[in-house]
Formats: sequence, structure tokens, C-alpha cells
Amino acid sequence: MNIKENIKTLVIKKPLKLDCGKTINNFPLAYETYGSLNKNKDNAILVFHALTGDQFVTGINPVTKKDGWWSYAVGPNKSIDTNKYFVICANVIGGCMGSFGPSHKNPDTNKIYGTDFPVITINDMVNAQVSLLDHFEIKKLFSVVGGSMGGMQVLQFISNYPDKANTVVPIACTSNHSAQNIAFNELGRQAIASDHNWSDGKYLSNNTLPDKGLSVARMAAHITYLSKKGLQEKFGRKLQERDALKFGFDADFQIESYLRYQGSVFVDRFDANSYLYITRAMDYFDLVKQFDGNLSNAFKKTKAKFFIISFTSDWLYPTQENKDIVIALNAIGADVGFVEIKSDKGHDSFLLDVPDFLKTLKNFLDKSYSER
Amino acid sequence: MKTEYKIITDLIEEKTRVLDVGCDDGTLMESLKKDKNVDARGIEISKDKVQICVSKGLTVIEGNAELDLKQFPNDSFDYVVLGQTLQAFVNPEIVIKELLRVGKKAIITIPNFGHWKVRLNLLIKGTMPITESLPNDWYNTPNIHMCTIKDFVKFSKIINFKIFKSLALTNKNISNINNSNLFYKNLFAELGIFLIEK
Repeated sequence: MNIKENIKTLVIKKPLKLDCGKTINNFPLAYETYGSLNKNKDNAILVFHALTGDQFVTGINPVTKKDGWWSYAVGPNKSIDTNKYFVICANVIGGCMGSFGPSHKNPDTNKIYGTDFPVITINDMVNAQVSLLDHFEIKKLFSVVGGSMGGMQVLQFISNYPDKANTVVPIACTSNHSAQNIAFNELGRQAIASDHNWSDGKYLSNNTLPDKGLSVARMAAHITYLSKKGLQEKFGRKLQERDALKFGFDADFQIESYLRYQGSVFVDRFDANSYLYITRAMDYFDLVKQFDGNLSNAFKKTKAKFFIISFTSDWLYPTQENKDIVIALNAIGADVGFVEIKSDKGHDSFLLDVPDFLKTLKNFLDKSYSER
Repeated sequence: MKTEYKIITDLIEEKTRVLDVGCDDGTLMESLKKDKNVDARGIEISKDKVQICVSKGLTVIEGNAELDLKQFPNDSFDYVVLGQTLQAFVNPEIVIKELLRVGKKAIITIPNFGHWKVRLNLLIKGTMPITESLPNDWYNTPNIHMCTIKDFVKFSKIINFKIFKSLALTNKNISNINNSNLFYKNLFAELGIFLIEK
């Protein structure tokens, strides 16, 4: 995969002290931008991607040749209107689309890091990305927006940099990972680790890829992104290109075939070790604990306007967990709006064509921008 | 704009913090922002209406007053407004106490069940009254705790809150309610509007 030529990279020279205690410097941060920065430099939106996303938010992803992960929401005249806003998105550190991650070579040993890569956190990801503001000479972003793990980064960002954004839009996320969230991530990690080809994380040096393990991890995770009702309506008990059960272990049902497909296409674009590192970062995320059990304190220093969105059928980051953030903000009199969007599409709703969501996001951003 | 909203807007002082409980499509909040320069927040139970409010640039959270008022600290607003919904709550006493905990003052409006049309309706037809402001049948009405203006005044003594100002709305005309005209206002007013304090 010759990806380098399509990837813009900022080399961050400033040392970054990670939560694990290690310090990194001179590391690459891959990013992409859409739209143009205005004269006052006050129309920038920093979008944060979720677990398996990357910097290619919209249009055709030059590496995968598929639509960007948030093509429904970002683009000309869309919710995040690139005719109006300058959209920046970076690949998280620990990722595999050009930013510093476990598939990079350790300059000290000249070997691929693998699991020798330092464990990173949501806090580290955000602290790396703030360098983009200096790079574009942006004093204050118009907005920080993200769903799922992107939403966690949004929360961490405004907590770390209370004056750096006018509006804050965390979508379908949480202020700390629940036991259930951690459990599903552990299932994915164990699937990867139990693939013989994983070789304790040294597969890139051995030229063997843990495709089976990564694919199972993706299949399990994919189920958590959908709702029971959505699955039932789309697949039910429909059979896959056959009229009757075959009394074997092939993919008899369409849902089996669908999941296998999702798993197989995922391994072409994602690195197994990155999957371990990023899920770990999500599990470690606990903004409540960072502020000694009082989430309100995370937001005490900011005057930003918050808008929080959840989805009725999202059982991975359910409405109540989103609402806990609303409650913490109301407790300190912050400017916070909240809506739960009705959708059968589960946690994935924020990535899909859900008109009520897309319209509400657009209305919030455009109205806030015109009143800024 | 509804006369009711105009009256509420008049009762509210400039540059204050106001929470509109059951803010509907945000019409009152818009008027408060425009005319009184207030910092207005809303709670609304209907998703569609929250989305309308967002499109108007209003700060609204989707929620239920009975469950969601408790997230606000004491005295976090100068005024809390509750328009024509007190009668829909399971426990109006708790709601009023919550309004007066969260707000320094509260403005409550109630559709008057003592209005002569309502009384006549029941007297003559012998069925639960259906009027312009109370259009539902008994079995599908959200209004489970209807009261009259007189009931509300009595209620203030029972659960111990002060009525600072009480106004009656009759055919778009606004008038004061006092002890001596309570009987007539209770018969002719469609709506009672009360500014209350702890």
C-alpha cells in the first residue's frame, strides 16, 4: 500500500509527555483539511475521528478509494459545510494512517515498534493534535466536533484547552468507558492476540498478518455499532444465496455473510496493533476520575457553547451516559443544549444518513456561527 | 405572539437568567432574548420541538421537568417559567418546590378549570368538559391534575409559597386578581398567570 504520497504530515518537534510517563518528540501527525481558512481564521472546525476512522473525513479516501467516513455530514452545503468552514482532521497517534503509531520504526533500534510502542491515551491524542492550531495559526477554533471516540477527544480537548473553541459538539459518547465498553474492547484485543500470526505484535517484521484475529475483532465490534431492531429489519433470518439451510458451518445466514465481509474488508485498511492501542486508549478514558469524581470540574474554565447529541438505539454509548455530561454542565450553569435523535441505526447512526441528526447538527453549527 | 407570552415577557426583568420549562418551539425564549436581553435556557420533552429550538439558535435540552430539574443547582436562575403544564404532572407539589429551588422566582400559568364554559359544559352535558383550551377527552388528556384559579391560590397556602403577582387573562384582556374579585376572575378568566416566590 503506497500511502505516503497522499498523506499530509506535520512533524511535531516539541516533546510531548505521554500519560504513561514516556516522552515522544519529532513524531509525525498525519492530517487532512477541507474548505478554506478565512482571513480572521475564525471558521475552523477540528473534527476528531472514532476508533477505526482516519483523517480522510469526506470525499474519496485516497488510500482506501472509498468514501470518507463522515461523507454524510461533511462537505459542501452539508451539516459541516465546507463552503463555510475550514475542517481539519488528524489521524490519532497510535493510528495507522500516517500518524506516529506501532507500525512505525523505532529510530533507536531501527525495528518496527509493535507492542514496544508506548501506550497512549485520549489525552495524549488531543495534546498531539493541538499543534495543528499553531501550524495554521488559529487562536480559537469555531468548533470541535466528534462522535464516539471522537466525542471523547472533544471532551478532553475542551477540558485541556478551555479557550480554544467557541462551540463543542460531543456526539454519541461518554465521559468514561463502562465495564461493558471495556469488555467488548477486550474481546477484540483477545481475538487479535490469539491469532498465531500476531506473533506478540511482531507480525510486520515476520511478514505475517493476523488477519483472522483482526477480522473477528471487527465482527464483534460491528455488532455493537448496530441495534437489534436494525439488524432484524435488515437481515432477519434471511439466507445467503441459498434456499435452504446447508447443515454445515458456512455462512447460511445473510448476517453471517455480512459480518464476514465487514471483517475481511477491515483488515485491508487497518493495522492490528493500532487496534490494540486505540481500544486501550478508549478504555483508559475516564474524565470523571481525572477530575476527582466531579465531571463538572472538567468544564469549569470554559465559556464554550456545548451541544450534545445521542441516539435512541445506541446501546454502546447510551443516552444516559451522554446525559450525564449534560447534567455535569448544567450543574455549573454552562451553555448546553441536548437532543436525543430517534434512529434504529444504533451507535453507527452518527455516521449514517439520519436526516434529523444531520439537520440538527447543521442548524446548531450554522446558527452559532452566525451569532458568534 | 400569544398574549400569554407577552404578559410573561413583561413580568421578567432585563438581563436575567431564565429557564423555560416546557419551552415548546421556543417562541417565548426568542421574545425574552429579543425584548429583555435575558440568558434563556429551555427544557422540552418533544424531540421535534427541541430541533425547532436548535434551528432558532436557542439553548434547549431535551428532557422531562419531573426528572430533569434536579440537575440544576439551587437558585441557578432568576426566573423559571412553567406555561400551562402544571396540571399535567403526577406531583404538582414537587414540581412547584423544584421550580422554586432552581429559580429565585417562578412564573406559572394555569388554564382555569373554573371558567364558566367549563362549569356549564359539565352542568348541562354531564360529561367531562371539552373547550378550546382543553380540547381532549377525559381518557386521552395529558391534564391529570386540573385546577381552578381559586384552587391555585388555596394551594399556595397549603404548600406554603408566596404569590407575588396574580393576573387573569380574559378575552385577551389582562387584569389583576385580588381577594375581592377572586370569585369573578375564577368564573371568567381563561388563564391565570402567577409570579411566585418561596
